[in-house]
Amino acid sequence: MTGLRYVYAVCHPFDAPLQAQLKGVAGDPPRLLSHHGLIAVVSHVPERDFSEEPLRRRLEDLDWLTETARAHQSVIDALTVVTTPLPLRMATVFRDDSGVRVMMEAREDDFRRTLERLAGRVEWGVKVYAEAEQQAPAAAPKPASGRDYLRQRRSQVRTDEDMWQRAEEFATRLHASLSSYAEDSRLHAPQNPALSRASGRNLLNAAYLVPRDSSEEFVELVDRTKDETRAGGSGMRVELTGPWAAYSFAGEQS
Amino acid sequence: MTVVERREIALVDLLDRLLAGGVVIKGDITLRIADVDLVRIDLNALISSVNEQVPSPWGEFT
Repeated sequence: MTGLRYVYAVCHPFDAPLQAQLKGVAGDPPRLLSHHGLIAVVSHVPERDFSEEPLRRRLEDLDWLTETARAHQSVIDALTVVTTPLPLRMATVFRDDSGVRVMMEAREDDFRRTLERLAGRVEWGVKVYAEAEQQAPAAAPKPASGRDYLRQRRSQVRTDEDMWQRAEEFATRLHASLSSYAEDSRLHAPQNPALSRASGRNLLNAAYLVPRDSSEEFVELVDRTKDETRAGGSGMRVELTGPWAAYSFAGEQS
Repeated sequence: MTVVERREIALVDLLDRLLAGGVVIKGDITLRIADVDLVRIDLNALISSVNEQVPSPWGEFT
């Protein structure tokens, strides 16, 4: 029993060897399956975890999901060192090598077009967070009357509203300027704070496609805005992640 | 490059890409990690994170 085939990515043939100790999903080292001049990067995975029913259950198991996602990512990362991979959606599974070949044949033209579009590009992730400042109890004098209380309350609400509006404007402006620098951009849904454990509200969660050669400038562009948000305790925060393989741009162009 | 933050990649950032990005291909195992499933993953993670380690986000009522 050789198990099922888990496909990470499709890419052009490459010369450099993959990192020797590389382990993929389920601990199996990734193998290269060549078909019509393209390569599918494949691991053997056990049916007990990766056939349809178990897989559906497994995906709801956070520990398993974490481990699998990290293994998937480490293979994509290793590929990114030697080529520009076209990453597939997590948990793309086939019965056997011939199933993978049939798929490659059916999608060959798409793959070539997309690989061409992504060649030499990486993805950067940029997130903007904002949080209302906790007003220290000492900052406002104790209200002397009901009217005082209401006045203070109104002014606090106004300050918060101003802050959110400024933060929204900042995020919109940042996205516009990064988009104009990048070749393409995608907006992801804002992250759930309970899942990300990040403080503040996630206002922007975007991905930018940038030529590898321009990455340094892109990072500097983001860094400069970080300075801007730090100044004056604005309650805003910019986070940069990457470089990623172009996951967010692997689908058909919008 | 100046200050590229090199922390371990956060799981949410990874899932944004692995479950919402990448080329979608109908494999032999026809599993659609559709929005519904993503929501469920979100919920499960939410529940376990609240239960395990962090104080309730709604504060303690004592």
